[in-house]
Amino acid sequence: MSLGVGAALAALALPAGAPTLSLAANDGADAAPPQRVVSINVCTDQLAMLIARPGQLLSVSSLATDPQTSLMTAEASAHTLNHGAAEEIFLMKPDLVLAGTYTRRPTVALLQRLGFPVEQFAPATSFDDIRANIRRMGALLGRRDRAEALVAELDARLEATRTATQGKENRRRAGLTFANSYTSGAGTLSQAALDAAGLENIAKDFGVRGMARLPLEALVMADPDLVVSSTKDYGAPALAGETIRHPAYRALAREKTSVDVPTRYWVCGGPFTVEAVRILREAADSPAADNLAATARRKP
Amino acid sequence: MSGTAGYRMLLAGLALATAVLFALSLTVGPAGISLSDSLDALVFGNGGAAGHDADTRAAMVLVMREIRLPRALLGLGIGASLGLSGAVLQGLLRNPLAEPGLLGVSASASLGAVLAIYTGLSALFPLALPLAALAGAVAAVIVVQAMAQGGGTLTIILAGVAVTSFAAAMTSLALNLSPNPFAALEIVFWMLGSLDDRSMTHVWLAGPFILAGCAMLARCGRALDALTLGHDAARSLGIDLARVRLFAILGTASAVGAATAVAGAIGFVGLVVPHLMRPLVGAVPSRLLPASALGGAAMVLAADIAVRVIAPGRDLKLGVLTAIVGAPFFLWLVYRSRREPA
Amino acid sequence: MSLLDIAGLSASLGRKTVLDRVSLAIGAGECVGLIGPNGAGKSTLLRAVLGLVPHDGTISLTGQAPASLAPDEMARRIAYLPQEREIAWPVSVERIVGLGRMPHGTGAREPDDADRRIILEAMRAMDVAGLAGRRATELSGGETARVLIARALAQRAPLLLADEPTAGLDPAHQIACMRVFSDLAKDGASVLVCLHDLGLAARWCTRLVLMAEGRIIADGPPAHVLTPDRLAEVYGIRAFIGAAEGGMVLQPLDVLVGRDAV
Repeated sequence: MSLGVGAALAALALPAGAPTLSLAANDGADAAPPQRVVSINVCTDQLAMLIARPGQLLSVSSLATDPQTSLMTAEASAHTLNHGAAEEIFLMKPDLVLAGTYTRRPTVALLQRLGFPVEQFAPATSFDDIRANIRRMGALLGRRDRAEALVAELDARLEATRTATQGKENRRRAGLTFANSYTSGAGTLSQAALDAAGLENIAKDFGVRGMARLPLEALVMADPDLVVSSTKDYGAPALAGETIRHPAYRALAREKTSVDVPTRYWVCGGPFTVEAVRILREAADSPAADNLAATARRKP
Repeated sequence: MSGTAGYRMLLAGLALATAVLFALSLTVGPAGISLSDSLDALVFGNGGAAGHDADTRAAMVLVMREIRLPRALLGLGIGASLGLSGAVLQGLLRNPLAEPGLLGVSASASLGAVLAIYTGLSALFPLALPLAALAGAVAAVIVVQAMAQGGGTLTIILAGVAVTSFAAAMTSLALNLSPNPFAALEIVFWMLGSLDDRSMTHVWLAGPFILAGCAMLARCGRALDALTLGHDAARSLGIDLARVRLFAILGTASAVGAATAVAGAIGFVGLVVPHLMRPLVGAVPSRLLPASALGGAAMVLAADIAVRVIAPGRDLKLGVLTAIVGAPFFLWLVYRSRREPA
Repeated sequence: MSLLDIAGLSASLGRKTVLDRVSLAIGAGECVGLIGPNGAGKSTLLRAVLGLVPHDGTISLTGQAPASLAPDEMARRIAYLPQEREIAWPVSVERIVGLGRMPHGTGAREPDDADRRIILEAMRAMDVAGLAGRRATELSGGETARVLIARALAQRAPLLLADEPTAGLDPAHQIACMRVFSDLAKDGASVLVCLHDLGLAARWCTRLVLMAEGRIIADGPPAHVLTPDRLAEVYGIRAFIGAAEGGMVLQPLDVLVGRDAV
């Protein structure tokens, strides 16, 4: 699941809950780990930077330095940046190329024809996907221990949130609004984050799977306890962002608890996605939300 | 005169139809609020006493007053602007094919609005949005008007085609240059128009310009009657043509500019409505104005209800529906005018 | 003081001089025929009086400059019947004739009884009362011309400027038209009418103004203006000139060959 336009379309095209594709993956035996790894997708960029040993990762995509999309901008700028063009990748003479399954497909096809080993990662739509992607990245880079450590850390933080959630008898209902009034439902990473934070998604009432439009008036009538937006500053305005400036949305956000989960936390699945869970849980636990929920319960 | 009673009946009928469509527009939406609840929420601020808790009632009021009311109000105002300006432009240019959409007024207003929004200017200074759209519209009317001097139907239509294509290309360029990836996709909105999730903010922004524009257009009736006989005869009947042109241009630019700034370019309404109304008012240009304003409002309200009923949740564009009705109609008009001696 | 006083009027279209220092005065009760070959400047003279073409020289209406009059006031003083006969919309004939009442306040309101009487009189005068309910765009050329003349009559202005009103009319309606103009003059109004039909001009006008190349060549009673020499010089034609029923009769007969030699 992701929030970029192209990625959103990809998420729509993706059958919900599709298993992680391992295209020609040599998960198992890794005789000699690759020495010249090039990543051309912002999600594989971040996983690779977390896992690779120093010097092993030659280049990451330029998007990895965009603070709106990537959480590892400082690390990324220490690497050579690529723009995902087959020509520049070719000149780097990589012994492993990391790519996403839905982006830069012509580049990937061309590189494969030229004989470069390309490993494609499907977008994570669950924490299981995230674990699997981390472990696969560890295996590919010959860094299984580092991958296991990251998975353990992820699980520990998820467990901590889960413990904190237990005992709250009233599950809060959250309404997600992305650009152009889109929302996320079953089979998306956003849903996984809401689940982990112990929140209900109002999209379920509308039977949303993957991403779908949720008209503003349907959002208002669904009466969520928590209004979740996910913004990204593109440096220029567009009508797509007007939904959250609509007076009806603002009135709803004023009355309920509202929280913004920046796009970069869940546009890619990674250990950092736990941060999205934490933000959601914190907002749900804020005193304002408690008061409102309490008032609501007192009403007939 | 004998037709006066019939004319009053027609206006009353159109007003009634517009009122019914306005009410219907308020009751159609994905939230599925019942008719009585929705009107209750809108008028009295409480959504149906029985069977709803306080939160649902508050939500209904919010939906009715902040989402559906502005949508219906804009449908009314934009439809009236398009119908009225179509009738005035046809009368002024003495040409049945004149229309804000075909003359490039809507496309140019879109360009103005796009420049104001995507540069971030309208975020700093909200009035920049209607003003920029107005400026775009004025430029288009002036170009077409200049081309229309002494030119025939073909000249005007070709000038409109050129202005429309240029404005659409520049709009596309402006949107493609935006670093925001959503901007490029929004060309559809600017070319086909939509009233989806408009707010009272848009009503306050566009409303005054629409009212001022329609007031100017409404004052052209007498002059348009005289123009039935041609420019010289009209002037000899005491018509100040320069003043009429100014009113028609500024009125169209203000009303259509503001309408386009908040709802994108909605085509063909200004063409189809005056044609449907003309036989009903004995072709008298001054009588055509109120009839076209009401007819335009009814048509846009009906189209906006239809997009919500036909494909709920898909954000079907208004211009798609108006084009499905309008484009064949336009072709028929061109075919008919082709058979007449030029 | 004349109803219309024109002094030293010049106008040009592009680089071509269309009117060259034309001076003309028309008093009340005159039916003046403006004649001359194509391109003599007749239409431009009428349009200049109305302020429709830029010009030099002075024009005064009973002593007042047209520019100093409000457009409505101007329209109450001068009715104008242009050559253009294209009616844009299928409005009823009665409505078209009714447009003549516009300078008198109609247009903002529906015509009152007095207006309706005037409209009906005008339609009867031009024999179009029977077409009152017809669509003006569905008439024959002659019918359209008569409807438009009726429209100008309904304006009831003391001065009527008419540009080729009889073109395209059958003989009976040509005569009816000229008789109406002549009667208007007898009732004290003034008419300045451009004509190509010299027979009509000779018979119905009290005075003729002959123009050629932007200038007035002759001005006076028909018998003084339409001499065989002038017809040969200005039009290059030979005509039968006679008299019948107390008026002049003129019938062009032939084009003069080698007119330069005359």
